[in-house]
Order: sequence, then structure tokens, then C-alpha cells
Amino acid sequence: MTVFAFYLFAISAITGGLFTVISRQPVHSVLWLILSFLSAAGLFVLLGAEFVAMLLIIVYVGAVAVLFLFVVMMLDVDFAELKAEMARYMPLALLIGLVILMQFVMAFGAWDSAQGASANLAQPVPVDRHNTEALGVILYDQYFLLFQLAGLILLVAMIGAIVLTLRHRKDIKRQDIIGQMMRDPAKAMELKDVKPGQGL
Amino acid sequence: MIQADLTVILPEIVLALYAMVALVGAVYTSKDGLASALVWTTAGLMALLAIWIAANGDGTNVAFNGMFVDDGFARFAKVAILLSAAAVLVMSQEYMARRDLLRFEYPLLIALAAVGMMMMVSAGDLMSLYMGLELQSLSLYVVAALRRDSAKSTEAGLKYFVLGALSSGLLLYGASLIYGFTGTTLFSGIIQTVHHGDVSIGLLFGLIFLISGLAFKVSAVPFHMWTPDVYEGSPTPITAFFATAPKVAAMALFARVLHDAFGGVVKDWQQVIVLLSVLSMLLGAVAAIGQRDIKRLMAFSSIAHMGYALIGLAAGTEMGIKAMLMYLAIYVTMNIGTFAFILMMERDGKPVTDIDALRQYSRHEPGKALAVLILMFSLAGVPPMLGFFAKFGVWQAGVDAGLTGLVIVSAIASVIGAFYYLRIVFYMYFGDENEDPIETHSSPVLWVALMGSAALMLVGIFYQFGIEGAAAAAAATLVN
Repeated sequence: MTVFAFYLFAISAITGGLFTVISRQPVHSVLWLILSFLSAAGLFVLLGAEFVAMLLIIVYVGAVAVLFLFVVMMLDVDFAELKAEMARYMPLALLIGLVILMQFVMAFGAWDSAQGASANLAQPVPVDRHNTEALGVILYDQYFLLFQLAGLILLVAMIGAIVLTLRHRKDIKRQDIIGQMMRDPAKAMELKDVKPGQGL
Repeated sequence: MIQADLTVILPEIVLALYAMVALVGAVYTSKDGLASALVWTTAGLMALLAIWIAANGDGTNVAFNGMFVDDGFARFAKVAILLSAAAVLVMSQEYMARRDLLRFEYPLLIALAAVGMMMMVSAGDLMSLYMGLELQSLSLYVVAALRRDSAKSTEAGLKYFVLGALSSGLLLYGASLIYGFTGTTLFSGIIQTVHHGDVSIGLLFGLIFLISGLAFKVSAVPFHMWTPDVYEGSPTPITAFFATAPKVAAMALFARVLHDAFGGVVKDWQQVIVLLSVLSMLLGAVAAIGQRDIKRLMAFSSIAHMGYALIGLAAGTEMGIKAMLMYLAIYVTMNIGTFAFILMMERDGKPVTDIDALRQYSRHEPGKALAVLILMFSLAGVPPMLGFFAKFGVWQAGVDAGLTGLVIVSAIASVIGAFYYLRIVFYMYFGDENEDPIETHSSPVLWVALMGSAALMLVGIFYQFGIEGAAAAAAATLVN
């Protein structure tokens, strides 16, 4: 049963990935990508990592893919033209890809873990606690420093986005809550008696 | 346990907290009105932290399960980083203010970049290495594009960002391969597994990727393509910053990874570093000859200088690391002086970066011209100046480690490179008549930076302010 589920998810993940690349409609690409994410989440469940599976669905499918969808729908990008551009460089790209692939085969063909490496590798599924708890313990205890640093990095990203895009405009009216609350209704409006033909 | 850990990283915590408090404070009060004050307080705090680290640091302290290492080597690099960042900050204040670039985020981004750099040089784990590197890089991408209504500055920021992301990818890929082979990301764990058996091709593969990613950060050839464009496009004070503190941090990180994690297999990475070093020195020397823009010229100059510093790393010995640290300290001092002068160069209030504008400069300002002459001689490595002793140190280490060929190539490259430094001097003293001379706007801070660093180039020959001893001690803690 597990083997059947594994092949089901694996094949649909690969199919999703393939169609993401080759489909002509960018919106279809994003939808195939979502299928790929969902299948990967299924694979995580099979591994016993249900928390990561949930994250994948909530973050990648729920947020990232939807964001992609919006970007693709809103940007007016001529994908056919981009593809034509790509086709021109294809032979060279294929050649480079082939060379790199061969190098990788050479590297991984001689793969040989160091002594004691397998003992060093963290156990994927802890036995005594469920894996949300295990992740939490690792993240906030062992990797506390890295977690805080990640926070700082996000802060810099936020400052950067504001510094590079925010423009203060002086010529617009802004809401001034205290000023608005303190307004005296009696003085808010002034009646003028305008004589015909004269103006103010 | 957490208390002990926090004490070890107290300087970093102080700087990060300061940046956050100042950020919130400035947002809720007068925003950019506080910018000048923030530049000075940030620089002041960095200088204080540098003194604190130099005076207080003692022994080797490891925190957070080995992810953060505070040893003599890290402290030497941190002091250099903090002092040079502080110097560049105070130098930039007036320039930025006059060109309406002084925003309150600028000193805070520099402070956060400094936190990242301090994390980098103290990294004891592939993950904390990456986190520190990314914190530093991200801040630098933003400040590169700070002049957002200039196409060149925006291009610099974008180019730096895209290529930086690519190099981070290379680095992460290498790190994951290393993890796959050794089963740990801790440097202390990696060096144990490396000592156990011989290095497999898979691990070498990872190491090469890691070196490529780091070489990008120190802008060593062939990973240098971003440097001239980014240096030229960024506002000049930012260029001055790029050429100083981040270079020290990236080189120190390079040395730490190679010695702390791969110290047992020097032969395996030595050849790669030698290649990077040779290419950087030659390209830096040859490509700068055609440059008319002094910022681009300094970009190629920094590529070449990183090549010389890499000789110290390639030696793979304690002496090599000491020579590298000395080289970096001297290089940073020279660059601060040179950039102080570049910041002064202007005509009708607009910055000028064309070296032709310097013709006959010595007639108008003999004092400053003399200071620039000393700095250029020092950058070129002409014997009586301190720059020569920096080169001499790495050459000595190189010969000791049996890299005579590398040292010979480097001597040739330094002779070729001398051409473009001396050309600036030639223009200033013997150039053709210049009908449109530059004015040099000098604020007291810039003047002190220029004259001070030129004076150090001469005084340093006799008295090195204890740097040599500190560098030797720092190298001893890294290589043992």
C-alpha cells in the first residue's frame, strides 16, 4: 500500500514538474506547480513528516503559488517571445548542461560517505515525541541563534523594501487623528453671505 | 547555559539591539532629520565595541553548540571591520547630506551589515556562516541602490543582488554536499571526519562549490564581474564601504572555513586558492590600465589586492594567515585614505570621478597631492611605504610554503599594476595644462582621514601599533 502511494505521489510530482515547464499557458504552469507541491506533501506524509507536509501545503500552495498566480495574471509578459529567445540559446545551454551532468555523475559515482557520517546525520523521525514538537525543540533550542539571525535578515529585507520604494509626498492630505478629534464643530463651518455678482 | 552563550555574543547583541531601537526611534520621531546624528552615534558605538572587543577578549569561547566561535582570529577581524565601518560612516556623512542621500536607514543598514560581518568571522558552522553572510549581503544590496533615482545606482544594486543570489546558491549547494558527506554542518565535526579517512570526490565537489561562493564575495577572478559595475554605480561613500569592511569579513570567513573545517587537507584546496590568486592579481593589474574612472580603477585595484591577500591563504600556514591579516589591515587603511580623497573630488559641487580631471592638481593643493602620492605609492607597493611591507609579508609566507612560482607571478603583477597608480601621480605632478581643474571640497573629517592614513603609511614602517603581534596571535588561534 505504501509502495503504491509512493509511486502515485512520485509520478504525479514528476508529471507536475514536467508540465510546469512545457505548458504553453503560464496560468496552467502555475496550476501544474501546485499539483507538484501537493504530491511532494504526500511524499512527506509517507516519510512521517506530517508537519513539513502541512507547511508545504499552507505556505507553498496557500501563499506562494497564489502569489505566483496573481503575478502571472497581472503581468503582461509575452511568454511565446521569451520561449523563442530561449530556443536560440538552447544548443549551447544543452551542451553546458551535459558537461555539468557528466561532472555530477563522476562526483556522485564515487560517492562514499565518511566514517561515522551516518551516525552524525540527524534521525529523521524521533521516536519519543511527535515531529512538530521535535522541530520546535530544534528550532528554538539548538538553532536559537540561527532563528534570531533569520529574523534580523527579514528585518533588513523589510527595511530595504521600504528604503527603495517609499516616497514621501508632501502635497497630499494625511489623516491627523488628534487634530480631527479636537476640531471645534462651531468653527468647522463658516457661513458667508455672498452678494449676487460680486463673489468673495 | 543560555546565559553563558549570550555573554559570548554580547557585542553583536548590543549592535543589533541598537540598530532596532534606533530604527523604531527614528521612525516615530523626525525620521531623516535624525540621520546625521545616527551616523555619528552608530560610528561611535562601533568604535566603542571595537575597543571593548580588543580589550576584553580572552581565550577561545564557543557558544550555541559550536555555532559561534569567539577566538583571537575573530576578534582581530571584528576590530578591523568595526573600525573601518565607523571610519567610512563618518567620512560619508557630509557627502551624503549634501547630495540629499542621507536617510536614517543608511547608518542602521551599515550597522546591521556589521552584525552580519561579525557573525561571519565568528561562524563555527556552515549554517551560521550562511546566515551571517546573507545578513551582510542583503544590507549591502540595499545600500548599493540607495540613490534610487539614478539608473546606475539601481543597476548596481540589481546586478549585485542577482549575482549575489547566484553565488549564495553555489555556496549553499556546496554546503549541502559537505553535509551529505560528513553528516554534520559544524566545522569541528567536519574536520574530524576529514581527518578520519581520505577526502572523497564528493566532498571535494562540495568544497569547490563553497570556495566559488566565497570567492564571489571577496571578488576574486573569475567571480569578479560584478565588482567594477557595482563600485562605479553605487554612491561613492558606499563604494568606500564595499572596498573595506566586507572585504575583511569575507577574507576572514574564507580563512576560517578553510582552516577550521578543512585544515587537515590543505593540499586539496591550496591549488584552487593559488589559481584564484594568480588570476585576480593579473586581471586586476591589466584590466585597470584602460580605466579612466577612478571608482572603476579602485574596483580593479581591490580585485588585485584580494589576489595578494589570497597568497597568504594559499600558503596554508600560520605565517600565511598572519601575513593575510596584516595585508587586510594595511589595505583597509590605504583604501580609507584614498576614498577620502575620491569623496573630496568635485567640480561645481558635483562629484567628479574622471582621472583626467586630476591634471596639474599638485599646483593647487600641494599638501593633499603629496598625501595622495604617498597612498598611491603604498597601493602600488613601492618599497618605503607600508603597502610594500604588506606585500613582502605575503611573499615571505608564500616562499616559505613552497609557492615560489606564485610569488614570482605576483611580483610581476605588482609591477604591471604600479603603472596605473603611478599614472595618477604623474597626472597630478606632470600632467598637461588643465583648463578645467577640479576643486577639492574638504571637510575636516575627510582631511583627517586622508592625511592620517597617508601618515600611517610612513609611520607604520617604524611602529606598527601592535598590529603585528595581534595578527600573529590571531593566526596562532586559527591554525594549530
